[in-house]
Amino acid sequence: MSAVGVIFSNIHDRNVPELSRLRTMGSIPYGGRYRLIDFALSNLVNSGVTTVGIITKNNYQSLLDHLGSGKDWDLARKSGGLVLLPPFGVDNNEGLYKTRLEALKGITGFLNRRTEDYVILCDCDGVYRMDLSKVIDFHEDKKADITFICHTEEIENASEYTTVTTDETGRITEIQIKSNLRGEHRYFSNIMIIGRQFLLKLIQDAIARNQSSFREDIVMKNLDTYRVYAYDFNGYFATIDSLRSYFKHNMELLSKPIRDELFGMRDIYTKVRDSAPTVYGEHCEVRNSLVSDGCEVEGIVENSILFRGVKIGKGTIVRNSILMQDTIIGENADLNCVISDKNVIIGSRRILCGCDLQPYFLSKGTII
Amino acid sequence: MLLAGGQGSRLYALTNTIAKPAVPFGAKYRIIDFTLSNCVNSGIDTVGVLTQYQPLILNEYIGNGQPWDLDRNFGGVHVLSPYQKKAKSAWYEGTANAIYQNLNFIKMYNPEYILILSGDHIYKMDYAKMLKAHVDNGADCTIAAINVPIKEASRFGILNTDKNGLIYEFEEKPKQPKSTLASMGVYMFTAEKLYKYLEEDENDPDSSKDFGKNILPNMLRSGEKMYAYLFEGYWKDVGTINSLWEANMDLLGNNPAFDVADPTWKIHSRNPLAPPEYLGEKAVIQNSMVALGCEIYGHVENSVLSINAIVEEGAVVKDSVIMSGTIIKKGAVIEYSIIDESVIVEENAKVGINKANAKGITVLGRGVTIGKGAIVADGAVIDKNIEGVED
Repeated sequence: MSAVGVIFSNIHDRNVPELSRLRTMGSIPYGGRYRLIDFALSNLVNSGVTTVGIITKNNYQSLLDHLGSGKDWDLARKSGGLVLLPPFGVDNNEGLYKTRLEALKGITGFLNRRTEDYVILCDCDGVYRMDLSKVIDFHEDKKADITFICHTEEIENASEYTTVTTDETGRITEIQIKSNLRGEHRYFSNIMIIGRQFLLKLIQDAIARNQSSFREDIVMKNLDTYRVYAYDFNGYFATIDSLRSYFKHNMELLSKPIRDELFGMRDIYTKVRDSAPTVYGEHCEVRNSLVSDGCEVEGIVENSILFRGVKIGKGTIVRNSILMQDTIIGENADLNCVISDKNVIIGSRRILCGCDLQPYFLSKGTII
Repeated sequence: MLLAGGQGSRLYALTNTIAKPAVPFGAKYRIIDFTLSNCVNSGIDTVGVLTQYQPLILNEYIGNGQPWDLDRNFGGVHVLSPYQKKAKSAWYEGTANAIYQNLNFIKMYNPEYILILSGDHIYKMDYAKMLKAHVDNGADCTIAAINVPIKEASRFGILNTDKNGLIYEFEEKPKQPKSTLASMGVYMFTAEKLYKYLEEDENDPDSSKDFGKNILPNMLRSGEKMYAYLFEGYWKDVGTINSLWEANMDLLGNNPAFDVADPTWKIHSRNPLAPPEYLGEKAVIQNSMVALGCEIYGHVENSVLSINAIVEEGAVVKDSVIMSGTIIKKGAVIEYSIIDESVIVEENAKVGINKANAKGITVLGRGVTIGKGAIVADGAVIDKNIEGVED
């Protein structure tokens, strides 16, 4: 088996507007030192994929900065490796795609030049560790045309989910797109496997018929014709589809079993940077928290996640918060349920408080 | 040219299977990072690293030099091991001989000046300033020097200079030092002069082929212009267990004696692939430095912990250096110790005693296991497994 990876770095940007206003979904910081795209990229690389195309749309400067040459994922290669696929315009088409299908139309050149049998398409809204080669085995076993990787979980968010129903063999018989779901559902994780030639044919057909949606026009209308299967992933899978779920899933990393599942093998890769190790002061108290490198902690930190280079002054209390890169807090401040984006400065004696359902968000560069 | 071939025998168990420059330091670094970072930060883009003793980990660590931006099309970092020659093949016999055997490497780049460095010092130094002084003085050789306390001066090579820094005398470890200016083992040579004296020294059968003992005194005797370049700042030779421990402790505190987080002088290193460190519900941490991937559930005080170290609940680590991948299990107590990589200290074992009463620093070598309830005495150096105590 051989597969090429394609990552949609922008596709869910509107779900977490607070964090993706100035960046792509893929470059949203996560878990202390990662970006969301690290999970998709690392899983592809660990499953033996050596060529990954990254589809971008807009505001992808931070993404390019993060990815660099792809070396940190072992994707700086002479053949293949990391291939950036910025918007591609033809004739009156302005190049900025609106749907997944339009994005795929823009990369037919890339797909044509590859030689791999399969394409693994993934988005950047998932936090997981998955061996995708097993999914390809499943795909071949079932002689599937398309395999959707699905996950069953309690859903409590308002954003759009694609739920699936299958027959006893795992073949998908019905797909529904729903908002405002509650309760446990089996939903499509936005990761799929498809034959490369088959995908190219689907794209050509779609262009001929002027179709615009991959999911609705191609898959949903042809479930009788195409063999679409659901592969159930039973490991930890977090879907980031709102600021609330971003907060909730980040906090789940404080649980050892989840951390061990994701990071135990030390194979989620990310851009590395020369930060000094974290320094803990004489009077600091740090409990149940994840702390990245380059931090200076003098105060009290509880149930929180500190990204690189965070500084917390004396007497300051930080609880249930996520502080991104280079957040600086003065002395005797008090924070509870706060998410601070990069380069936020919070002065001494400030009191900031959100709640777990609605964390208090400070956008990039805010000074209080 | 970075001399990294020494055995570092005064680090005992820590250098059993690893060259001294590759010994881990300061939670995420290795000793050689500081010299390599100095080179890059000073604008030196061609570095030869001379290795001989146990080079595997060092070679792997340096790799293609990418972490220091030394993967270059022209120049970059090169690991230089002794190699077979048509006439005479030999190990590096001394520091001067090591450079002599690599003259062909140096001449490939046709440099005007050659900087000789040691791979076992912790300091931040701009060699470009030293080079400027060398050129301005019209010197043939410039030796970096640091003022040391008069009490310690007899441990060093002492430079006696006139008020302009021109050296008129060397004294190797003098009993009655005349000055407190100690050589740092950092030498800048004008290339032609270095070639000349290396050739002469090679042909001298009585020479011990060492820079400090032979090359530099010969140059002085022949009347070459040799200057001392005064370096002011933190500098530490970490060639002994005590100095290695002290240098690690110098990283701690509000205003650390040595600041690795200085944004104007970045210390580059091969960075760990590990998640952020986790501090547990009952963790207590004070005045310590911790690297990525650590998990701390116990009590850590005045200590430096490297990548992926684990301190379990109820375990205590005080005044100690713990290197990467080491596990301190429940109830174990570590005091005033240096513990190498991948060590397992089983439950309720005791390693070392309170710093105030200890005879010396306790050292556990790479990969050893200290059994349940075992007691390792203060000042002991352990490189074999120690069995647990039945209860």
